[in-house]
Amino acid sequence: MKPAPFAYARATTLAEVFDVLETHGDAARLLAGGQSLIAALNLRLASPSLLLDINGVAALRGVTFADGLLRIGALTRHAELGADPLVAQHAPLLAQAVPHIAHAAIRSRGSIGGSLALADPAAELPACALALEAVLVLASRGGERRVAAADFFPGLYQTALRGDEVLAAVEIPSRAGAACTLQELARRHGDYAIVGLAAQRLGQGVRLAWFGVGPTPLRTPRAEAAFAAGDVAGAQAALAGELDPPEDLHGPPALRLHLARVLLGRAAAALKGH
Amino acid sequence: MSELSAVDRPNSYIGRSVPRPNAKRLVAGRGQYVDDLRLPRMVHVAFLRSPHAHARILSIDSAAAKSAPGVVRVVTGAEMAAVCTPWVGVLHHLKGLKSAPQHALAVDRACWQGEPVVAVVARSRAEAEDAVGLVEVAWEELPATVDMETALANGTPVIHPELGDNLAFQREHVGGEPEACFADADSVVVQASFHTGRHTGVCLEGRAILADYNPAEGRLTAYHSNQAPHMMQTVFAKHLGLREGDVRVVCRDVGGSYGIKVHVYPDEMATAALSKMLGRPVKFAADRIEGMVSDIHARDHRITARAAVTRDGVITAMEIDDLTGIGPYSVYPRTSAVEGNQVVNLCGGPYGLRGYKARTTVVFQNKTPTCQYRAVGHPIATTVTEGLVDLAAEAIGMDPAEIRRRNLLADDVYPFRNLAGLAFEGLSHHACLTKLLAMMDYEGLKAERDALRAKGVYRGIGLASFIELTNPSPFMYGIGGARISAMDGATVRLDPDGSVSVASGVTEQGQGTEAMLAQITAGAVGVDVARVRVTTGDTETTPYGGGTWASRGAGIGGEAALQAGNALRQQILVIAGAMLQAAPESLDVRGGVVVDRATGAERLPLEELGRIVYFRGDTLPKDLPRELVATRHYTPKDYPFAFTNGAQASYLEVDVETGFVKLLKHWCVEDCGTVINPMLVDEQIRGGVVQGLGGALLEHCVYSPEGQLLTGSLADYLLPMSGEMPDIAVAHVETPTKESALGAKGAGEAGTAGAPAAVQNAINDALRPLGARVFAQPFTPARILTALGKI
Amino acid sequence: MKLDVSLTVNGEAVSARIEPRQHLVDFLREVLDLTGSHAGCEHGVCGACSLIVNGEMVRGCLMLAVQAEGAEVWTVEGLTETGAIAALQDAFVARNALQCGFCTPGMLVAAATLLKANPHPTREEIREGISGNYCRCTGYHAIVDAIEQAARA
Repeated sequence: MKPAPFAYARATTLAEVFDVLETHGDAARLLAGGQSLIAALNLRLASPSLLLDINGVAALRGVTFADGLLRIGALTRHAELGADPLVAQHAPLLAQAVPHIAHAAIRSRGSIGGSLALADPAAELPACALALEAVLVLASRGGERRVAAADFFPGLYQTALRGDEVLAAVEIPSRAGAACTLQELARRHGDYAIVGLAAQRLGQGVRLAWFGVGPTPLRTPRAEAAFAAGDVAGAQAALAGELDPPEDLHGPPALRLHLARVLLGRAAAALKGH
Repeated sequence: MSELSAVDRPNSYIGRSVPRPNAKRLVAGRGQYVDDLRLPRMVHVAFLRSPHAHARILSIDSAAAKSAPGVVRVVTGAEMAAVCTPWVGVLHHLKGLKSAPQHALAVDRACWQGEPVVAVVARSRAEAEDAVGLVEVAWEELPATVDMETALANGTPVIHPELGDNLAFQREHVGGEPEACFADADSVVVQASFHTGRHTGVCLEGRAILADYNPAEGRLTAYHSNQAPHMMQTVFAKHLGLREGDVRVVCRDVGGSYGIKVHVYPDEMATAALSKMLGRPVKFAADRIEGMVSDIHARDHRITARAAVTRDGVITAMEIDDLTGIGPYSVYPRTSAVEGNQVVNLCGGPYGLRGYKARTTVVFQNKTPTCQYRAVGHPIATTVTEGLVDLAAEAIGMDPAEIRRRNLLADDVYPFRNLAGLAFEGLSHHACLTKLLAMMDYEGLKAERDALRAKGVYRGIGLASFIELTNPSPFMYGIGGARISAMDGATVRLDPDGSVSVASGVTEQGQGTEAMLAQITAGAVGVDVARVRVTTGDTETTPYGGGTWASRGAGIGGEAALQAGNALRQQILVIAGAMLQAAPESLDVRGGVVVDRATGAERLPLEELGRIVYFRGDTLPKDLPRELVATRHYTPKDYPFAFTNGAQASYLEVDVETGFVKLLKHWCVEDCGTVINPMLVDEQIRGGVVQGLGGALLEHCVYSPEGQLLTGSLADYLLPMSGEMPDIAVAHVETPTKESALGAKGAGEAGTAGAPAAVQNAINDALRPLGARVFAQPFTPARILTALGKI
Repeated sequence: MKLDVSLTVNGEAVSARIEPRQHLVDFLREVLDLTGSHAGCEHGVCGACSLIVNGEMVRGCLMLAVQAEGAEVWTVEGLTETGAIAALQDAFVARNALQCGFCTPGMLVAAATLLKANPHPTREEIREGISGNYCRCTGYHAIVDAIEQAARA
């Protein structure tokens, strides 16, 4: 199970990245942490003609905080995310999520940008971005544009990234002091969750972002409204109208709907205890 | 001199936890697994495998593949058939078992998703895979027979029309008077339908073979990740048109086997044939994805069963109807009927019944073939039996431990032949159960469980008694016509420096076979265990034998080593007697020195004896025998199998909101007779338990209705990992078999045999206050929530 | 296409010209003959290929060898020769925390990584720390014991 042949190049600047994207289009793939992409290459599920390694692009690195905004470079590794004091202070939901992501060896290479750009609907970080109302910074030759997380995941494994763009950073308004919780049910340590919930208090409201229950990470506004009003049972009841989970190896749609209600109850308890 | 003395000799290592001689090498990364080996001119093979469960091969266009970079040869089924003859996996003693000829590469038709169809040989594995992608096969999809429940129904496609139907094997056995027991008006009848999930072994080292045919010598050397080198020697010779003596099979380090690496696989046969065709070394190392669809699967059973129990707690009868789907071929040469046959043999095994009726129906289907995998049939039979016992206990309001006390065969009833026809030399069900209950503090645990229930925490305790088949005699395979040796041999030799070498036909896959052989030999000869070197896994240098499977390594291979070691000691004493002018009977060998038997006074170091014999034989009496090497073989003869027994317990918590099960603790008490190395035996038990736990909770080969494996990667086929597994307490009762001097029976499969049943009973114990039960493995959150009526 | 790559493996400078598609564990095994690291699944699940790259544990099958340009890589061979994991190795042997040995090099890397971050882990923490490393033989209990023992040593 060896990858099909491909060419490999390293970029150190965004300009080099844009050059390659313009020249090769879809035939090129950007290699960040590689923890999903290289597995797909090994399995020959992906066979790009060129792999552009962006790990050396300094502009994609670093975590900073300024003007109330936390900026997380796309190449920030999961392990770095989990250990970063600025993240712990301003987006503790992300820090809570990190231990749930796979295993230590994966977390030492996998990156937040890679996870968001892959848009696996069962992954933690896309849902966290949604719950945090993060803004994704997409860079291209023409400059940067900012896309709200809510608009970034249009469909299964799809993102708002254009072919000439690279995900540069994630910006999150400081959520310091606001209660949050990440709840998930996975069969084993490190597995993708059957159902997961990233919940973030925002002022009087709450953002409930689900993963593993649909083609994209998604929010449940009616459940959020009931939840914010203190009606947890009402929020649980509302889920039936807002979640349409798939059937898969774990079980029927009813399994996920039921587990989502359970998680919502647990999230309520966790947020209360915050 | 009593033969038993070897076990009790002054410097015996029997019963001591000596570290394994090969462990230091393995922790340093100095193992030699097949894929670590490289030979001059070696090439690699990759296979195009059928993407369909059942399809006709209309044509194969390999022109592009042949001209791809690095490609050496592309071979189709028809070309392969000219070099490698097909095989049929039947055994005569399994009456009526039928199967169709199976080829190394599919000819005309593929019968399961993953069956090898075209072989591509190239300079590197990557290039071979590149070229596989260039082979174009025109397929005509055929209707697939997938569901075993309908395999025999009218209208279901017959996979091998020449066989008439999809029935591979059926056997029914009746013992005693089951009908009368079930008709008894004073008895309660309990029943359930059990499912065991289709599993596969997932050896961390995938199947691998490096075949090196040397045309100049006409000899094939196969470096093989395998448990039974002599069996493979015979198989390669037979199907490649070679003499057995011209085939050498070498099994160095094997990265896990568990029964997976004891079967004949078409891709491995093809690799050996390719080496013969090309006259150069060819390596095949199965990757994980192809392993999932080509390693044997196992345990795909549905069992409807019932038991009759009197109101005072006597279980009088059991009736079992087993159905299993085995894929499109019975696997060669052990056959795929053995597992179902074992279910018929083993159900109800720990208990004294008055009536027993069991039937297995073994059907063909278009899925990966199934065959023997660790604890063949045992976890199925134990799950059914112990599930029925708990249902019986519940029906009459009796404690699960108490109903077992009342029904387990008494420890003084042996020898005993049960209604399934199994002969037990000596078992210890009550001693094991008593020890288990004490070890786990059964009453204390029940109190804790009950106290927590009041708080809405649902914990359960599950018990499972079991029997395990070990030390198989020729009645297992040889009687059915398979050239699978039930005998094993050991050659023990004293070298001039006083060190001892032992070569054995049983093999090492990590169980500690070599440590066991070293311990036994060291004690028998009378040397420090560090002075013993062990050779296994080479048909050229070890006595002919069966290898390691069916928990036979210690009981059979160990006994042969003991007898050979005793014989060498006798040789040493005769020579020493002549040198020391003493009667051999007055001497002994201890710690590498010939000593005076009565006083222990040192008389002659073995290296001095070695020096004289090997280099100064002129100083010895002319007619003195000089042999310092002895070979002995051993075959069990008194009993077809040495049955062992034990009892397990599981303590767990069910989250009744989510259906998740958390394993809290597991216990196992088992009786493998003489324990040679307690640490190694304990770890066999623990590893086996977790293999059982995996099947009970996680592992499942799930197929689509079209016969596509949906759990074809390790992301979907959920293996037991450390985070979810419990600590496992192990203890032993020792009832040595009297058939051998060593008294050892097998221990390798006991853990797997009982663990799923204990978990099933514990889950159902936890769910009992809520009126829910589960009998379909794996016990997933979805199944538990369904049973609870929550989804 | 082949590329030159230079890196330090087990303290030794090495250079090679390789195909970009070769993942790190295949490079170590096939080009450098460091067969102590094993490929168990090649899709990042089993942990048999766990290695130390620039001081961190990585999956050797989820990193291309060309990505290791300039990196410092340690495998079981080097970790053995320097004595870096000797206490763990001794404990694994003494406790029989390995059977077939195929997972062991990766398991030792996971254990060493755990102990570096958490020198005195609980059994639960040990189980979590090695939860990405599959062992079919032992059932894990002995491995947990051995790591506990090495942590005490």
